[in-house]
Amino acid sequence: MSTPTLEVEDLRTVFLTDAGAVRAVDGVSFTVGAGETLGIVGESGSGKSVTALSLMRLLEEPARIAGGSIRFQGRDLLAMRPEELRALRGDRMAMVFQDPMTGLNPVIRILRQLTEPMVGHGRFAAPEARRRAVGLLVRMGITAPERSILRFPHEFSGGMRQRVMLAMGFANDPALLIADEPTTALDVTIQAQILDLLRQLNAEFGTAILLISHDLSVIGSVCRRVAVMYAGEVVEEAVTEAVLADPRHPYAWALVNAVPRIDQPLGADRRLVSIEGAPPDALNLPQGCRFAPRCPFKVERCEREHPPLAEVAPGRLARCWVTQAGQVLPKAGGAGLGGVRPPPPPAAEPLLAVRGLVKHFPLPRESFFAPRRVVHAVNGIDLDVARGETLGIVGESGCGKSTLARLVTRIHAPTAGSIVFGGQEIAGASPAAIRPLRRRMQMVFQDPYASLNPRMTIGDTLAEPLVAHGLARRGVEVRDRVGGLLEMVGLNPAWVSRFPHEFSGGQRQRISIARALALEPEMIVADEPISALDVNIQAQILNLMLDLQQRMGLTYLFIAHDLAVVRHLCDRVVVLYLGKVMESAPAEALFARPLHPYTGVLISAVPEPGRQRVLLQGEPPSTLAPPRGCPFRGRCPIAQPVCETMPPLAEAEAGRWVACHFPGGFSHAGLGA
Amino acid sequence: MSASIALPAPRSRRARLWRRYGLAGIGAGIVLAWVLIAVFAPWVAPYPPDFVDVANRLKPPSALHWLGTDALGRDCFSRLLFGARISLLAGISVVALGAAFGTLVGMVGAYARGFVDAALMRLTDLVLCFPPIILALAIAAALGIGTTNTIIAMLVVWWPKFARLARALALVQRSQDYVEAAVVLGLKPARILGRHIVPNAVGPLVVLVTLDIGNAIITFAGLSFLGLGVVPPTAEWGAMVAEGRELVEQWWVATFPGLAILSIVLGFNFLGDGIRDWLDPKARSR
Amino acid sequence: MLRTVVTRLAGAAVMAVLATLVIFLIANTVPGDPVLAQLGDIAASNPATVAEWRAKWGLDLPLWEQYLIFLRGLAQGDLGTSIASQRPVLEDIAQYAPATVELASIAFLLALGIGIPLGIAAAVWRDSWVDAAARVVSLIGVSSPTFWLAFIMLAIFYGGLQIAPGPGRLDPIAFPPDEVTGFFLVDTLLAGDWEGFRDAAAHLVLPSIVLAAATIGLITRTTRAAMLEAMGQDYVRVSRAKGMRERYTILRHVLPNALIPVVTLGGLAYANLLAGAVMTETVFSWPGLGRYTFRSAAALDFPAIMGITLVVSVTYLLVNLLVDLSYAMLDPRVRR
Repeated sequence: MSTPTLEVEDLRTVFLTDAGAVRAVDGVSFTVGAGETLGIVGESGSGKSVTALSLMRLLEEPARIAGGSIRFQGRDLLAMRPEELRALRGDRMAMVFQDPMTGLNPVIRILRQLTEPMVGHGRFAAPEARRRAVGLLVRMGITAPERSILRFPHEFSGGMRQRVMLAMGFANDPALLIADEPTTALDVTIQAQILDLLRQLNAEFGTAILLISHDLSVIGSVCRRVAVMYAGEVVEEAVTEAVLADPRHPYAWALVNAVPRIDQPLGADRRLVSIEGAPPDALNLPQGCRFAPRCPFKVERCEREHPPLAEVAPGRLARCWVTQAGQVLPKAGGAGLGGVRPPPPPAAEPLLAVRGLVKHFPLPRESFFAPRRVVHAVNGIDLDVARGETLGIVGESGCGKSTLARLVTRIHAPTAGSIVFGGQEIAGASPAAIRPLRRRMQMVFQDPYASLNPRMTIGDTLAEPLVAHGLARRGVEVRDRVGGLLEMVGLNPAWVSRFPHEFSGGQRQRISIARALALEPEMIVADEPISALDVNIQAQILNLMLDLQQRMGLTYLFIAHDLAVVRHLCDRVVVLYLGKVMESAPAEALFARPLHPYTGVLISAVPEPGRQRVLLQGEPPSTLAPPRGCPFRGRCPIAQPVCETMPPLAEAEAGRWVACHFPGGFSHAGLGA
Repeated sequence: MSASIALPAPRSRRARLWRRYGLAGIGAGIVLAWVLIAVFAPWVAPYPPDFVDVANRLKPPSALHWLGTDALGRDCFSRLLFGARISLLAGISVVALGAAFGTLVGMVGAYARGFVDAALMRLTDLVLCFPPIILALAIAAALGIGTTNTIIAMLVVWWPKFARLARALALVQRSQDYVEAAVVLGLKPARILGRHIVPNAVGPLVVLVTLDIGNAIITFAGLSFLGLGVVPPTAEWGAMVAEGRELVEQWWVATFPGLAILSIVLGFNFLGDGIRDWLDPKARSR
Repeated sequence: MLRTVVTRLAGAAVMAVLATLVIFLIANTVPGDPVLAQLGDIAASNPATVAEWRAKWGLDLPLWEQYLIFLRGLAQGDLGTSIASQRPVLEDIAQYAPATVELASIAFLLALGIGIPLGIAAAVWRDSWVDAAARVVSLIGVSSPTFWLAFIMLAIFYGGLQIAPGPGRLDPIAFPPDEVTGFFLVDTLLAGDWEGFRDAAAHLVLPSIVLAAATIGLITRTTRAAMLEAMGQDYVRVSRAKGMRERYTILRHVLPNALIPVVTLGGLAYANLLAGAVMTETVFSWPGLGRYTFRSAAALDFPAIMGITLVVSVTYLLVNLLVDLSYAMLDPRVRR
C-alpha cells in the first residue's frame, strides 16, 4: 500500500486564553488515503474547524498546536519551516472555506485571484495559467468563463463564488482538498450543485477530500467515511452509511436521530430525539467520558473512566464503554416519547387570510439623478392559516419568506393587498390601531443573538410586554408571570436578572419564545427559528414548539428553508419562489407527489445519501428585475412558450393549489415515497 | 514535536487591564485635573489674571512667577489657570449643543424617512461642503468678536457630523431584530426609542463626543489666536499664544498655553479611545 | 462610469449654487449698517444721500433680487472689492493662491508619505514598539494646536538652533523668481535658479511639517484601523491558504482594500490643509490665502472673507468630487 495522503496522530490544539489553555482539539487521529473522502461532523465548538486549520498550519493567535503529529504524503508538517509549508499550501494541499461571500477579495478580478496560486507556486506561466483558469471555471460549471474571469467578485452570486473558490482550490491539482462547511451558506438547490461537483472532482482527479460539516447528510452525499467529533475528540469513525443507519456512539446516535429525514415515514408522534444539556466547558472537562453528563445510555463506568477510541465492530471505531461492551443503541422513532398531535379542527373561517399581498422596497438612489431601483420582495401572495394548524412556508433566499413574516406581523406596511387577522383588516391599519391586536399574534426571530436587547435583563425583557398591555401589575404579579414563562420554556426562573450574553443560542431562543408567549397569543409567526442552532438544540426547540402548541392550541406560521423539518412539523406547506406562491398543499401530499416542478426540484435537492437527484441549473433571477410570466420558467425543466404568461394559483386537486400550466407534468424516478 | 510542550503563562490580569485602560485612566486624570483647576482657579491662582504690572514685564519663570510674565507684566501662570475656564466651557458647550442638535436632526430623519429625511440630509451635506474653519471664521467675523459669538459660529459648523452618525446608528438599530420584536410586542414608539434604540446607539456617539471636545478646544483656541475668540484682556490660551508669537526670546509666554492645550486635548483623546475600546466587544475579548 | 461622473458633477453643481446662497445670507446678516461703514457719519445723516447710495448698490431691492445680482456678478467672476486692499477680491485671491497651494501640496505629500507607511507598519507589527511609536506620533499630531506648533518649531529651529530659515517664502534679500506658475519651486527651476530653488525648498520645510502634523496623525490612525480591518477578512486567510507569501498577501490583498477609506480621508484632508493654512501662514508670514484670510478677518473685510469662503468651498466640493470618483476607481463595487 502506498503512503496515505494524510496521517493525523494524537493532534492537540489549544487556545491560550486568560482563563487557561482551552483544549479545542484533544488527541484526534485519522488517516486519509490517496483519493479517499473523509468527513468530519460535529456541532459548533466540537473542534472540527480548528482541526482543519491545524492541518493547514493556518492557526492564528491565540491558538497553537500543542502536540501530536501530522504527516502529509509521509512528510512531517509540524517539523516544516514556514517556507516549506507555504510551498505546500495551495499547491499539494488546498482549502475551501465556508463563506464564499467574504472569501474572495472584492477589489481584485477573479482572474488574478485564480491564477496567483498557479503562478506563485511556479507551476504555470501567466498565459498558461489564464488558459487553465478558464478551463477550471468551465469544469466548475460557470458559463461564459472568458468573460466571467474579468469580473469582480461582487458581480457573482454566492453559488458562483463558491465555484470560483473550488476552482482556486483545484488550481494546482492538489493531492488533498480540505473543505470547511463549503455549502452551509448556500441555498439547498445550489448546495446540491456544489456537493455534486465535489463528488465528480474526487472521482475525476483522484483528489482526496476532507469535508467538514455540521450536517451528516451533506457528508453522506460526498464522503465514504466519517469521523464524528465531540468536545475536541473523535467519538466515532466508520463508513458514513453505517453511521447513518446504525450509530455506535450515543452522541452520533443523537445526531442522526435529532434531524427528521425527508424520506422517513411520518408517524403520529412528531417529537424528535433530543439530548438535553450542552457540550462540556472546554476548560473544565469531565474526568470520564465527555458525553456522559448528557448521555441517555450511560453506565457507572462512563463517569469514572475516559473511554478510548476502540473497535466495536469490524471497521468501526467508537469511544464508548457501552457499545464497546456490545450493547446496541435503540432504533430511533421516538420510543415512548409520547405526545400524539390531534389534527387541527376544521375551522369555518381562517385565523389569518392574506390576499394579493405585495411588498416592494425602493432602494436609496445612487445619486440625485440616478433612476430609483426597486426590490420586488413579495409579488402577490395568497394564503390562509386555519386556527390551530401549522402552516409551513418554504423557499430559497430571496423568495420573500422573511418579508412575508414581517408583513403579516405589520413590521412593514404592504405595498398592496389585504391581510385579515381574526376578522380584522390590518394591511393598511395605523400602528396605534394594530397595537391591541398585537396581543394575539407574536413572532419568533431567526437569530437568537440579535433578537434580544443586549442591555436588558431577561426579566425586564419578559416583563415589558406584560406591563405595556396592562396584563400584570408591576411587582409581585409581574415577577410571578415572568417566572412562570421561564418555566414554561424549560429555563430556571432564578435567571431573571441575567443578561442575554450569559445564555447559549438555544437558551436565548427559548427566551424569545417565552417573550412571544407572554401576551398569550393565538398565533406565532416563526421566522427560521431553528436555522441558527446546532441540530441537537434544533430538536429541543422543535419539541418545545410542539409541546406548547398542544398545550395552548397555538397556530404557527413556520418559515424555514429546511424541507425535512417542514415536512415533519407542518400540516400544510406553501412553496414560494421570487415572491409568489408556486404550490400550496397538505405537507404529506406535497412531499409525496409534488405538482409544481419547482417543488419537485427543491425536494430532490435535499442531501440524502443514495438518493437520485434532479440538479437544477442556474440560480434564481434578481428580485430587482423579476421576469415576466412564470418566475420559474428560466430554470424549469418543462417550461413551454405558454409559461410567458403567469399561470394562476388554481386548485389542481382537492386542497392542493398550484401555479403551473402543467401541474404534475414533471416527474422523476427519485421523487416521491 | 513531543506531546508535552511548555505553554507560556497568560499575562496577568493587572498587566492586561493596564495595557487596555491605562491610557484611558491617564486621560481621565488629565481631564479631571483641568476641570478642577477651572472650577477653583480664583482660589488656586497666585495673582488676578489681568493684574498689570508693567515694571515686571516679560520676566522669565521664577519663584514669584512660576511661568514668567507677559508683555504687560501679567502672571502667566495665573492666566494659564484661568484660561482653562474658557477653553473647557467653549469645548464642552460647542460639542454638547452640537451633538444634541445633530443627534436630534439625525434621529428625526431616520425615524421620519421620506421627504423630511431627504431634506435634513441635504441640509447636512450643505454645511459639510464648507471647510469648517473657514466657515466658522466667516460667521464669527460676521457676528462680531466675543466668546458667545464664536461659540455660535462653531455650532453652525459642528452639528452635521453628529447628524450623520446619529442617523446611521438609528438606521442600524431600526432593523435590529429586538427592535422589530418590540414593535410586534405592541410597545409605543417612545418606549421603543427610549428603551431599545437609544441605549444601544449611544456608544459611538459618546466616543465621538469625547474625542471631539479636544477638537473643539483646538478650534476655539485657533479662532482666538486669529483674534476672533475672546475680547481682550480675557485670559484664553489661543489668545495667549498669539500675544507671545513674536516673542521668541521670551519663549515662555507662548509655550505654556500651547502645552496646556496639548495636554487637555491629549487627555480627551486618551479617554475617547479608551471608551471606544471598552464599548467594542471585539477589542474587549482580546 | 460616465454616468457616475455626470450625476456627481450635477450634484456638486447644485451644492455649489446652494453654497452661494448660504454665503450671501451670511453676508447679509452682518450686524451694523454697511451704509454707515461706507459713507461715514455726515453723509449718512442726509436721507437723500443714503437713498441714492442704497439705490446705487441695489440695497433697496428685495433680498432675492439682490441675490440674483450677486449671482450675476459671480458669473462674471466678480467677487466684490476688498475694503482693505481696494482691489477686486478675485485678483487678491489669484495673487495669494499659489503660495498656499504649494505649501498645502507639499504638506499633503508629506502626510501621505509618512502617514500611510506608518499606519501599515503599526498594523502589521501590531502591539509592538512600532505600533506604540505610531500611536504617540499620531496622537501628538492630532492634539497639537497648529498655531502653537508653528511657534515652537520656529523658536527651536530658527530662533534657537538656527538651522532653519525664518518666516516667509524666500530669504528677505532674495528676489522672487519670474512668475510663471506662482509656485516658487517650479518657477525657480524654470528660471534655472538653483540657489533660489534651494532657498524656496528650505523655507518650505518647517511650515509644511507643521501644517501636515495633524493630517499625519489622522492618516496614520485611519490606515492602521483600515489595515487591521482588512487583515481580519476571510480573503486574507484564503490568500495564506493558497500559499501566497505574507508580503504579497499584505501588499496585494490587504493594502488595496485598506486604501479605500484612506482615499476618502485623504481628499478631505487636502481640502482641510488649504483651510488649515490660516494658522500656519499667519505664524510663518507666508504670503498666501491663509494670511490673507486672517488679515481680512482681523479687518472685518467682508467682501474678502465671503470671496475666500466661496472659492475655498468650491475647491472643497471639487476635491470631494475627485474623491468620489477615485473611490469608484479603487472599489469596483461602487463602479457601475
